[in-house]
Amino acid sequence: MKPPPFEYHAPATVDEACALLASLEDAKVLAGGQSLVPLLNFRLARPAHIVDINRITALDRIYERDGGVAIQALARQAAVEDSEPVARVCPLLTAAVRLVAHRVIRNRGTLCGSLAHADPASELPAVVLVLGGHVIARSSRGERLIEAGQLFQGVMETALAPDELLVEAWFPSSPQPFAVIEESRRHGDFALAGVVRAAGRLALFGVAPTPVLADPRDPLQGLQPSGDLEATAEFRLHLVRVLTEKAFAA
Amino acid sequence: MKVNGVAHPAPVDPRRLLSDHLRHDLGLTGTHVGCEHGVCGCCTVLLDGAPVRSCLMLAVQAEGHEVTTIEGLAANGAPLHPVQQAFHECHGLQCGFCTPGFVMSVVGLLGQHPDPTPEQVDEGIAGNLCRCTGYASIRRSVHRAAELSKVPSPLRGEGQG
Amino acid sequence: MTTKWFGARVQRVEDDRLLRGHGRFTDDIDEGALESCIVRSPYAHALIRSIDVSAARGMPGVVAVYTAADLPFGQTDLPILIPHPNLTHGRTQRCLASEVVRYVGEAVAFIVAESRSVAEDAADMVQVDYEPLPVVITPEAAARAEHLVHDDVPGNVAAEMVQEVGAVEASLAASPHRRRHHFRFERAAACPIEGRAVWARWSTSERKLTVYDSTQSPTSIRGGLAVLFGLPESSVEVIAPDVGGGFGPKIMLFYPDELLVPFAAMQLGRPVKWTEDRQEHFTAVNQERGQVHEVEVGFDEEGRLLALDVDFIHDAGAYTPYGIILPIITAAQVPGPYRVPSYRVRFRDVYTNATPTSPYRGAGRPHACFVMERTLDAIAAELGLERAEVRRRNLIQPDQFPYEVGVAWQDGNRVVYDSGDYPTLLEKAIANLGPRPGGDHIGMGVGMYVEGTGVGPYEGAHVQVLVSGKVVAATGIPSQGQAHATVWAQIVADELGVDVADVEVTGGDTRRFPWGVGTFASRGAVTAGNAMAVAAGMVAEKAKHIAADHLEVDPADLELVGGNVQVKGSPDRGMALAALAVLANPVRYAFGGGTEAATQFTARPRPGPPLHEGEQPGLEATGYYSPPGSTWAAGCHAAYVRVDPQTFRLEILKYVVVHDCGRVINPLVVQGQIEGGVAQGIGGAFYERLAYDGEGQLRNASLMEFLMPYATEIPEIEIDHIETPSPLNPLGVKGAGEAGVIPVGAVLASAIEEALGVPITEMPLSPLKLFELVKSPS
Repeated sequence: MKPPPFEYHAPATVDEACALLASLEDAKVLAGGQSLVPLLNFRLARPAHIVDINRITALDRIYERDGGVAIQALARQAAVEDSEPVARVCPLLTAAVRLVAHRVIRNRGTLCGSLAHADPASELPAVVLVLGGHVIARSSRGERLIEAGQLFQGVMETALAPDELLVEAWFPSSPQPFAVIEESRRHGDFALAGVVRAAGRLALFGVAPTPVLADPRDPLQGLQPSGDLEATAEFRLHLVRVLTEKAFAA
Repeated sequence: MKVNGVAHPAPVDPRRLLSDHLRHDLGLTGTHVGCEHGVCGCCTVLLDGAPVRSCLMLAVQAEGHEVTTIEGLAANGAPLHPVQQAFHECHGLQCGFCTPGFVMSVVGLLGQHPDPTPEQVDEGIAGNLCRCTGYASIRRSVHRAAELSKVPSPLRGEGQG
Repeated sequence: MTTKWFGARVQRVEDDRLLRGHGRFTDDIDEGALESCIVRSPYAHALIRSIDVSAARGMPGVVAVYTAADLPFGQTDLPILIPHPNLTHGRTQRCLASEVVRYVGEAVAFIVAESRSVAEDAADMVQVDYEPLPVVITPEAAARAEHLVHDDVPGNVAAEMVQEVGAVEASLAASPHRRRHHFRFERAAACPIEGRAVWARWSTSERKLTVYDSTQSPTSIRGGLAVLFGLPESSVEVIAPDVGGGFGPKIMLFYPDELLVPFAAMQLGRPVKWTEDRQEHFTAVNQERGQVHEVEVGFDEEGRLLALDVDFIHDAGAYTPYGIILPIITAAQVPGPYRVPSYRVRFRDVYTNATPTSPYRGAGRPHACFVMERTLDAIAAELGLERAEVRRRNLIQPDQFPYEVGVAWQDGNRVVYDSGDYPTLLEKAIANLGPRPGGDHIGMGVGMYVEGTGVGPYEGAHVQVLVSGKVVAATGIPSQGQAHATVWAQIVADELGVDVADVEVTGGDTRRFPWGVGTFASRGAVTAGNAMAVAAGMVAEKAKHIAADHLEVDPADLELVGGNVQVKGSPDRGMALAALAVLANPVRYAFGGGTEAATQFTARPRPGPPLHEGEQPGLEATGYYSPPGSTWAAGCHAAYVRVDPQTFRLEILKYVVVHDCGRVINPLVVQGQIEGGVAQGIGGAFYERLAYDGEGQLRNASLMEFLMPYATEIPEIEIDHIETPSPLNPLGVKGAGEAGVIPVGAVLASAIEEALGVPITEMPLSPLKLFELVKSPS
């Protein structure tokens, strides 16, 4: 369980990072590394190039804009968890980020990295989706805004092009009432199923290839979850029903 | 990078994990490796004061940062750090393999919550696996560490995290 | 001897260095060692058509690549450690497979390189051409024998054994009530946080092999390496340094790496080390627990057991290196603390295409306990009795010891319980559990067990008083966290009348003590503990005799107190142990430390040669303890749980343990053993499982998916003790290492069954399993 060989790049600016991503074949962006490094250690990922963005300065801001809160690529999940603006503007995000793994992981892991990794059982993609947020992607070709609804394309697949760097995520202020509830086997594990409620909107995670918006009155509609060791499709559907009821009981 | 206050030359091989660099290049074998995928917590060290998994970082990434390992909590011959002392008093370790990771996580936890509630204790140590103790004595150790940390002691060593 | 230290909550002497990060685990030892990696089979059952290591051999940084063809012992089957007449078809693997692989993870090639990274790169380049064969993965499939794991083992049956006490058929026929049950226990993994590791160095000039091994049995490793490499045992040193948890699988020997690493070190003339990674740990380290039981029980109107007929299959895995100890233990331990007038037990030990099995904490007992306790719960339900009541009516009574069960035990003797008070265990547990909490979906569970601990054949100890007055003690068995250095020091300190801090203990280092067996079967306190007492007692006697000569008193009038040997009740008439250590070794040259007192021109009070006939120099002794039979610890666990009827999340509201391990040497240590054991039991009952698919692939070979509980999943455990000293050994102790884990599955099954109202007949459970049971109770 040691990483395979790769070429290591540590750009100092976003432009440098974008130039590298534009020129290198088979490159992976390394931010917090809490998902990528295990994959390297298992040799499940064998990229030819690692582009480590951690040397880029001034890319870790959390700030208010457009009535919401913007979180840059190198803001650690722990910083989001402790952020006063996030707690004030988007307390749903504060609640959700606390469910991500454990504090020691959040000390290193980044929020933008979670979105770019797009694990279907992850909480944060569902939060940005239910709130109708967006991300900003930068490449040598320029900058573009990707709405949350367009970002998640499949299991660990996003609309980001190989040469694009996710530089910022934006979360609208969270409406009342809100809730994020998940069922996981152990504290901090990925969810067997989870729901995020923002007022009348509902997003589900862990039950489809991507987080999905659902009708609170009929959350199972169209759902075809897959089964694994800890949950069958039927159990996942059951949990979605139970968790949705809990989320809307408040 | 600085490790326990001492500057070290940059690691050469980019795929060298920080955990392996500390253990095998710098001889700081107190940082243990139990899973190499970030679950067990044995390899937890402080990076600029905050606990992180050293098996999920490349050593080159620690360049320009301060790393504190278990060896850096109490100088040789100096009294134990309050967290170490509490683990001793409360039988918070058996085989001792997971212990350095727990101690580093608890140093981080008490930095965040100097007077943790039982829930904060469980939350703070969830993320470190122990197969020997069943965690009861570790919980007791954390509460005791919080008490000890409040008592100023002139005898205590440097670098208390 | 005094009892100042025995029984006291002495804080551990091991802690300081472990807490400072100065522990010394096998992977911490470097000394320029080459690193290595094992190429393992990705198939559960396959023929090996060819192995091509040429690409790997040619890679920069690769020092050596070995296949079976490169090993002088490549065509030798590894030993069956514990042969048994009923093990008619025992099979073991070879160090490296060259013809057939029979489980995922079986070793095929061994790569030595300048670093582990390079070794792994080279492993990727090894080409093995496999021809997959049909896979047998469940014990039921093994018993059906549609496919064979070993061509020459008919029916996949390695061993079969039937034992009967009383007349089961007749008793069943005469029983007013009869029930049949089917119980299933899945495989489980011990999963110590430190994986396995081996480091070896061959000194050509000294012709000496030094091996560090994260093992529970360095003395046996030494014996085996000496035989294999044709060396005198004095040329082989094996050290188990700090070991990061064992829990059973590290008692297994030889894992292939335990031969490959020393072999490579001898071949290459450089130290070599191998450190297992977590991924390979899941398939390459022995597992346990897979059993399927068919049970018929007969009982009367009062719920008293009349007859019990158990027929079970034990999943051996692909090989039987550890013999049939596990099913023998299960067969012996099903009756537990209960009177079973007629008992018949048959087992078949069957081969499957999965990792071999050998003891994991509890070793055959959690399943035995599950079978008995589930059966008693069913009797209680059928007769409308309280769960505690049906147990109360069947317990062996305190005046019935020694109690002969009538079946065979793992040491070759019969099962005879030495002492105990089972009714008190039960009543205390029920009292401590207290009233049932209010609310819905709450269940109460109770489970009792006995545990045969402290098996032989023996352990030994060496104790020496240094001229400084400090004491060093050594035994062959290593510690994996059980605080041996503290508890052995307590025993020695009492025997010698010194402070516990003045006793320094070494375990598991054949350079210090080469004889003995190992740390397993909850045997350390009984075997090594008593050996420490024997050796220290011999030293005390020697000290008294030397002092008696000097003080001109009768040795019987002397006592050891406060580091001195003194006339009883007269502290002013005595000599320091340090001085006696000097006098115990008549020397020609004074070399400091007070040794001038033992030189030839110093006035000596006694006639005759300096060393009398039969005397040995030094204030030291080597003693052994060999138990006449096992000591039987026992306990009762009880719990209240709540199961969320919607999410099937388990909440353990209260968990109480009452435990009896005879005389307790250190309550702090015993408490830790029990708390840890219960947590491991909870993990095994509700979180962990080994999920093999039909192809024999372990689908959850990582700590992300093998769900060892964190602190958030483990409740507080309330522990209480009773002490019924063992009459079998001088210290009156019984083992405590495994007890905590044994009844947890039975207790949680009992409580969950009551909480949800569905029958629980298998382990482990999970929310998914409960969801499915509630949906359609089987």
